[in-house]
Amino acid sequence: MKAGLHFVDGGTACAEGAIFAGCQFFAGYPITPATSIVEWMAERLPQVKGYYLQLEDEIASMAAIIGASWAGGKAMTATSGPGFSLMQENLGYAYLTETPVVLVDAQRSGPSTGQATMPGQQDIMQARFGTHGDITPIAFSPWSVQEMFDFTIQAFNYAERFRTPTLVMTDGEVSYMREPLTIPKRSEVSIINRERLTKKHSNPEEIFLRYEMPKFGDGHKLLVTGSAHRPTGVRDYTPRFHRATIEWLFEKNRQAGLALREEGLDLETAHLESAKTVVLSFGASARPAYQAVQTAQKQGHDVGFIRLKTLWPLPESHLLELTKSVQRIFVVEMNMGMMVNEIARVACHAEVHCVPKVAGEVHHSNEILDQIMESGAA
Amino acid sequence: MKEPEPRLGKTQQYYRENYLRNLPNAFCAGCGNGIILNGFVRAVDELISAKEIQHQDILGVSGIGCSAWIPSPHFQGDTLHTTHGRAIAFATGAKVMNPKLRVVVFTGDGDGAAIGGNHLIHAARRNIPMTVILVNNLNYGMTGGQSAPTTPLHVQTSTYPQHPEAPFDLTELVSGAGASYVARWTTFYVKKIIATIKEALLHPGFAFIEIISQCPTYAARFLTEFQSTLSSDEREQFKRHPGAWMLKALKGKKTGEGLGQPRYEIALKDKMIELGVFKRERRPTLIEHLQALWG
Ligand SMILES: Cc1ncc(C[n+]2csc(CCOP(=O)(O)OP(=O)(O)O)c2C)c(N)n1
Ligand code: SF4
Ligand SMILES: [Mg+2]
Repeated sequence: MKAGLHFVDGGTACAEGAIFAGCQFFAGYPITPATSIVEWMAERLPQVKGYYLQLEDEIASMAAIIGASWAGGKAMTATSGPGFSLMQENLGYAYLTETPVVLVDAQRSGPSTGQATMPGQQDIMQARFGTHGDITPIAFSPWSVQEMFDFTIQAFNYAERFRTPTLVMTDGEVSYMREPLTIPKRSEVSIINRERLTKKHSNPEEIFLRYEMPKFGDGHKLLVTGSAHRPTGVRDYTPRFHRATIEWLFEKNRQAGLALREEGLDLETAHLESAKTVVLSFGASARPAYQAVQTAQKQGHDVGFIRLKTLWPLPESHLLELTKSVQRIFVVEMNMGMMVNEIARVACHAEVHCVPKVAGEVHHSNEILDQIMESGAA
Repeated sequence: MKEPEPRLGKTQQYYRENYLRNLPNAFCAGCGNGIILNGFVRAVDELISAKEIQHQDILGVSGIGCSAWIPSPHFQGDTLHTTHGRAIAFATGAKVMNPKLRVVVFTGDGDGAAIGGNHLIHAARRNIPMTVILVNNLNYGMTGGQSAPTTPLHVQTSTYPQHPEAPFDLTELVSGAGASYVARWTTFYVKKIIATIKEALLHPGFAFIEIISQCPTYAARFLTEFQSTLSSDEREQFKRHPGAWMLKALKGKKTGEGLGQPRYEIALKDKMIELGVFKRERRPTLIEHLQALWG
């Protein structure tokens, strides 16, 4: 799509963002509500001499994008809850092998097949802890069609910059709704591309301790393995090697957290100056949450608003700074209460309430407002 | 105590310098995996020396299992050691993204035919250009001799006193799924393995090579028919060097010819298994179909 104003659904915006970021490879398996992402990738990738593959399942899709990434391409998949579950083992492989790939989860209402076509935010803990072993993800949470485009680009940038898989944890609501989308000019957005490692980098001791991604076919004789390994890639289960690897993954994630904050990608706020009561939300549920805050403000109540743009790493110190003098936090989310526990852990000085909603519906702003008023908070 | 450095002949030195690394390997004494690694590096050396392929284009992909350790960490070249059963799916991504790569998947009978069976048949159907070497040692070696989808009916495994299922004929399965090159050998036929891997690496399409191999540690007892023909002296030797004796059982009888190669057959339990090259055809590959979409 050309630079300028368009009117599209979130899935299409996500796919356009991927193409804008230089995605050359997509593998997936059909599932609602990720379908519009998948279909638009199928249309667009051949136009840019890229490859779209519909594979036999989501396990293969996740595997294939990792293989494609090591072969030198920016690669992505998109799915929803059931597929996200199937991808977990290979997602863990991508974390351990430090493979840049992007995974979009258009969350639907589960568990199991649940309400297949209806939105939810019930996979956010699966994003955090879904694969076995110790991992630390980077997960974006877009709330608009524009952010589906913008955050998909950022997901690619962060994947490349920190040599890690990144997640776009959207939901059926944001990926299906239609809104204006402004596609920027090429020069307006910085895209992080892979630097081709030359022979001087081919000391594997170095390759595995750098951010830059080597690729197959360049004569590096790469040993890529999901087993514990030495910096050279040779399997080795000695505690000191594996400890070094895991600590390195955590350190990269910490650095990513700092970068997200610096770039204003961790969270945004409104009316926070003197508010003692704050509504916190993310993704689709942040829309009615924000509306509720605006209504409260109009009615003369000092209610503030925090929206998480990234769920993981949770911007803990930023949240703590912002909520130091806040007394009550209402966490609005489309599940029975997941993020609320994280917020209660971070803002342990405040009363933290959950405003849950399940069964495939987005909150109505009145419900949120009512709960705040009933608690006597405003 | 440090093991003494082995004295190497010229040939061994040549392969170690150019194609192998991280030796010695971790395979049990007498295991068939070493024979297959040997056959593989000889095949690629012949192709590279003849300038038919380039060393840096070769990518060895494997899943989880003893057979997965053939390329990783022993092949000097790019390797991708993946999750259990998924090697072909990882390889699919790498091959499509960079069609120049010569992708060789090493997989086991559990890895490739049980947990990864779905990827195997779909890759054959798509005719994606890659070579899959499936090491059929008739059981799960790495986890300790459990039943596999290739385990002969009624043998004793560590998970069944009498394995209650009939085995797959993998060559037939993959051929039926659409592979365009299909061959089966046993580890006895090293020269055939080399020739077949060479052909497979140059084949423009999905090439499947099943290699029936010996796992002396866990599957020696499967070859009971064979054992019953031995004298008590021989049986003692068999117990001491099961790998070498299993190799004898993997030598077949010549039955004729097919596709320019001799055919043999071996008896596995009460089933006769045919060896040889069974299919060599040219049909459009997945990469060709995908690139046609570029218009
Ligand atoms: C998802 C998963 N399930 C189970 C295992 C355990 N496991 C490791 S190797 C293996 C079987 C390997 O058998 P095969 O593929 O025949 O290889 P072999 O060791 O016989 O060469 C199993 C079940 C695993 N690593 N991952
Ligand atoms: S367990 Fe069997 S397959 Fe594995 S290395 Fe030992 S002999 Fe070989
Ligand atoms: Mg096996």
